[in-house]
Amino acid sequence: MCLAVPGRVLSVEDRDGTRMATVDFGGVVKEVCLEYLPDLRVGEYAIVHVGFALQRLDEESAHRTLELFENLGMLQEEFGDPWEQAAQAGDSDGLGREVQR
Amino acid sequence: MKYIDEFQDPDLAARLLDDIRATVTRPWALMEVCGGQTHSIIRHGIDQLLPDEVELIHGPGCPVCVTPLEVIDKALEIASRPEVIFCSFGDMLRVPGSGRDLFQVRAEGGDVRVVYSPLDALRLAEENPDREVVFFGIGFETTAPPNAMTVHQARRRGIRNFSLLVSHVRVPPAIEAIMQSPDCRVQAFLAAGHVCSVMGTAEYPALAERFRVPIVVTGFEPLDVLEGVRRTVRQLERGEHTVDNAYPRAVPPEGNPAARAMLDDVFEVADRAWRGIGVIPDSGWRLSARYRDYDAEHRFQVGDITTLEPAECRSGEVLQGLLKPHECEAFGTTCTPRTPLGATMVSSEGACAAYYLYRRLDLPARPGSRPSPAGAPTAGGTTAVRVPNREDSSVV
Ligand code: SF4
Repeated sequence: MCLAVPGRVLSVEDRDGTRMATVDFGGVVKEVCLEYLPDLRVGEYAIVHVGFALQRLDEESAHRTLELFENLGMLQEEFGDPWEQAAQAGDSDGLGREVQR
Repeated sequence: MKYIDEFQDPDLAARLLDDIRATVTRPWALMEVCGGQTHSIIRHGIDQLLPDEVELIHGPGCPVCVTPLEVIDKALEIASRPEVIFCSFGDMLRVPGSGRDLFQVRAEGGDVRVVYSPLDALRLAEENPDREVVFFGIGFETTAPPNAMTVHQARRRGIRNFSLLVSHVRVPPAIEAIMQSPDCRVQAFLAAGHVCSVMGTAEYPALAERFRVPIVVTGFEPLDVLEGVRRTVRQLERGEHTVDNAYPRAVPPEGNPAARAMLDDVFEVADRAWRGIGVIPDSGWRLSARYRDYDAEHRFQVGDITTLEPAECRSGEVLQGLLKPHECEAFGTTCTPRTPLGATMVSSEGACAAYYLYRRLDLPARPGSRPSPAGAPTAGGTTAVRVPNREDSSVV
């Protein structure tokens, strides 16, 4: 749960007085709050945890991490359907999110 | 050496391992604090690749696992109320309370929703002014700033039908409690990288000095873990005990000052109970007086729910590194991810679940009763033969 996933900023906007961005995580696009990294710009990478950018990251390490997460199915874990995963956990032999792949 | 192929850069992994082997001369016990690290270590068999002298003890760093039963029961009680929309991260759905879990509450008609971000819960509150929206705010220093910002936003925008059920915990007091335990075997810590991305490293030198333990800030990708172990072993062999940062790409020394300032505004340090361990002084946060109106415990009057943990579950010992998961008698028999007795069997970052997923087929028969004493071979030592199981083979 403490997983923070690197993502790339696609666009930045001000919404209700809050700095928000759309961020691409290897194909999955999410809304992310930039209040803790207000000077993050379009094209830059940051590590994002539960919808908040927490630290800037250089492009190369961001790519490496995303590739690793992708290979390990961790992006699916982070962004997949949690109800399905929990249901699987209930009726399969292991944790749904692991066995499912 | 088979599993080294799974590393992103097998050559670098081999070099790091060679360096550790060349440095180590006697047994050392290192604790990794972060559940993400535990998951990574077990999944990649890092503990088995390391020389036998280096033992990794899996610490209490999974937020799902340490959330006390009592708080889960409060969550279930609140989530059952008809006026409530109860929002949580997906990891909490299957965490057992005394009787049921959030998944069951939803099946029984409770309005339980999974959100990606606490801000999603705040949006639900805006869209449903006639309902009470409660967000389950658990987690370490990484997760606390997002939740703090959400409460701050609720107040700033005058959204009154939103509240937070808070069970936030902090790493440094846990390190202190572990070092003060009379049974403590830990000689060094791999500190949790993403916690330090927020908090920086300033809290650690005093701990390193006081307990004379190296503390190495470490990421959780396999190569990061190896590098953290390498630097830790080097310090131990030299008799040093300093704070070192092996994860500078995500951890500046000052952390994230804006996030820390928000934590100071919205929360205040408080004693917290850790599941399986008990109360650790000053080990967590609660909402500060100015934000008390947003405290779900207060709003829903569930402060008097108290619950005892099942005696059978030994997760407290697991979380303190006194017992390996498979040495618990319930492991894999009465306790599985489908029927978890303790939270360490629920989350994939929990040590028991990680062992169950990646190790249960290769573990030696469970030792009759008591755990093996310090130094005796364990699954992480020399006796286990690692056989890939089906989860592993689907990964590669
Ligand atoms: S195997 Fe189950 S019962 Fe034993 S310590 Fe782990 S969670 Fe508790």
